[in-house]
Amino acid sequence: MKYDVILAGVGGQGVLSLAAIITLGAMKDGLTVRQSEVHGMAQRGGAVQAHLRLSDQTIVSDLIGKASADMILSMEPIESLRYLAYLKADGVLVTSTDPVKNIPTYPEVEGIYATIRGLPSAQLIEAAALAQQAGSARSTNMVMVGAASAHLPVQEKSLLAAIDELFSRKGEKVVEINRKAFQIGWETAALAV
Amino acid sequence: MPEAVLLGDEALAMGAIDSGISAAYAYPGTPSSEIMEYLQAVAPKYGDFVAEWCSNEKTAYEAAVGVSLVGRRALVSMKHVGLNVAADPFINSALLAIHGGLVLAVADDPGMHSSQNEQDSRFYADFARIICLEPRTQGEVYEMTREAFDLSERFHIPVMVRLTTRIAHSRAVVQTGERRPQNPLNKSTEKAGWLLLPSTARKLWAELLENQGQFLAYAENSPYNTLELNEEFFEFGVITAGLGWNYYMENRDEMAVKPSHLHISVYPIPGEKVRRLAERVKRIVVIEEGFSFIERALLGILVPAVKISGKEDGTLPSTGELTPDNVREAMGLKPKQGIEATGLEIPGRPPQLCAGCPHRDSYDALNQAVAGFDQKVVTADIGCYTLGYLPPYQAIETCLCMGASVGMAKGASQAGFHPVVATIGDGTFLHSGITPLVDAVASGSNMTLLILDNSITAMTGGQQTILTSSRLEKLVHGIGVDPDHIKLIIPLKKHTAENAEIIRREMEYEGVSVIIALRDCIQTPKEKKKKEAGE
Ligand code: SF4
Repeated sequence: MKYDVILAGVGGQGVLSLAAIITLGAMKDGLTVRQSEVHGMAQRGGAVQAHLRLSDQTIVSDLIGKASADMILSMEPIESLRYLAYLKADGVLVTSTDPVKNIPTYPEVEGIYATIRGLPSAQLIEAAALAQQAGSARSTNMVMVGAASAHLPVQEKSLLAAIDELFSRKGEKVVEINRKAFQIGWETAALAV
Repeated sequence: MPEAVLLGDEALAMGAIDSGISAAYAYPGTPSSEIMEYLQAVAPKYGDFVAEWCSNEKTAYEAAVGVSLVGRRALVSMKHVGLNVAADPFINSALLAIHGGLVLAVADDPGMHSSQNEQDSRFYADFARIICLEPRTQGEVYEMTREAFDLSERFHIPVMVRLTTRIAHSRAVVQTGERRPQNPLNKSTEKAGWLLLPSTARKLWAELLENQGQFLAYAENSPYNTLELNEEFFEFGVITAGLGWNYYMENRDEMAVKPSHLHISVYPIPGEKVRRLAERVKRIVVIEEGFSFIERALLGILVPAVKISGKEDGTLPSTGELTPDNVREAMGLKPKQGIEATGLEIPGRPPQLCAGCPHRDSYDALNQAVAGFDQKVVTADIGCYTLGYLPPYQAIETCLCMGASVGMAKGASQAGFHPVVATIGDGTFLHSGITPLVDAVASGSNMTLLILDNSITAMTGGQQTILTSSRLEKLVHGIGVDPDHIKLIIPLKKHTAENAEIIRREMEYEGVSVIIALRDCIQTPKEKKKKEAGE
């Protein structure tokens, strides 16, 4: 088994903590993991991407090749389309609908949604609104982990355990909100599948 | 053996700790910063060693050499261009009778994710005539760092561990071994081994050259340099180095044959192994991350008997990073093409200054100030504020290397241009901006220096600067800048008009003037919190 994910977003959106949860969850399931991240200049509000590779065998390359990703998981709609060339023909694109309009030439959002809906397999998740429902806008990325988990070869309980582990320092309330965000994200994606 | 998920940078730090370092020094720079970040984060847990940021890479390197002199082990880490700054002590230290293990970890940035160039540090190791180790997995980063300390003490040389962005910034499970104790304090007894006078240096240089045979023998026999021969296929063979191996192996299962393959992780280049490969094949494809270091060594100037392919003949792109895709094409496999979104132009999203960043208000004020002149030169430096080149500010015109804004402004003004403004961050000023300011004062240059003081090294993740902001003004004063022309401004929107006026007046002043724009990076509290939480 091999499962490759391209994570996308804008610097500052918490793409790395999203990656950290999936990585930890996958390890709890006994999978081998490679996670390639971005640091430095791009993190300042620019386009960021990370490559996450899960397998039950050895992983040799840190990067995912074109037409090889099983999933594009994005915190931002236009960013989800930037790496389409990396998605397999039968891969799934899961993205938040919330645009980050920090560039002057941001396209019409309806057009972006239409393009995404036109793909063979795609899910648009209203992550920010769902995170509010869970109790905090700051849990947006956990909504997206939840949505991704409907497709990932990682057990739900392992991802929840990863959430417990990574957020425990911040107190019970934060853990609760993030667990809830995860559940809501999962339900939303699973129902739509 | 204990296991941990570590970034390549963190694996390097862990390898150094388990090798028994007494001290580690560094200057922040992507993609190397997380080495020191990790050392500092885990120091309380793992014991008693120094882990410090320094003013620049040169001071960091020199401190590490001092540790070696008294018999203890030291790690010094930096990014590739940082080694230019530390090149003087680095190259010369190859001649010294290195005593306690001295390991230089340097992280190259092919593709220039966050750098001014993509220079390849293997050339530096070769230039200094020392051993260089280039791991391809996070696990090897750990092991090779340990090996590097052993080699340093065995051959009495500094040893380089070369990382590149994708290995430095990628996470994997790493098995760690036993931690060995630090060396006792034990000053070197090599009297003539630490002092480079011409008479001693000639002897030490001859010795270093004599030892090359041993270094080469080590590389030839290293189990990291593996040669697999295919006795039935002669069309071509492959040499991989560093991450080239990873991308080659990612594709190899799809290749019709497994060609003969030499992997090089340990330098000097194991020539005998290369020759054994060359005897079997008509063509060698070299897949290496960075410059064409191995490839050019094979090509030489005279026509080689075997055809050499790689970055020089366009089999692989000569700029940027290797990827699974470009290596795939070099192996003659059909390129893969993913889905395309039709009918939608995807706009670029370059990095930009954070909303609320103090540099935004400084650049607004600067732009207003220079608008009053019909010409201007605004030099700049390296940090978040280099983004001021891009719209909407377009406030700065140059960026060369750490500290160059000051020296270039001095030169432009002495060439007769007026007005000239240099902009530099506080971290960069302390790194390399002080000495050119001394030059400017000494020559009475007609220039204005705008120090963008956000009290932190922001771009690389918020490292504490070496001198607190309150001391910056005194420092500038001490250099001899006229106190009437040292101005403090607070870059906030509400002060912009007033700040612009101050900058304009200082630009008109004939002589060196310094304006310190003081306001904290807005990320500082977040970074602090993260560090306190141990994230
Ligand atoms: S990190 Fe700090 S200095 Fe850099 S752009 Fe953001 S606010 Fe400005």
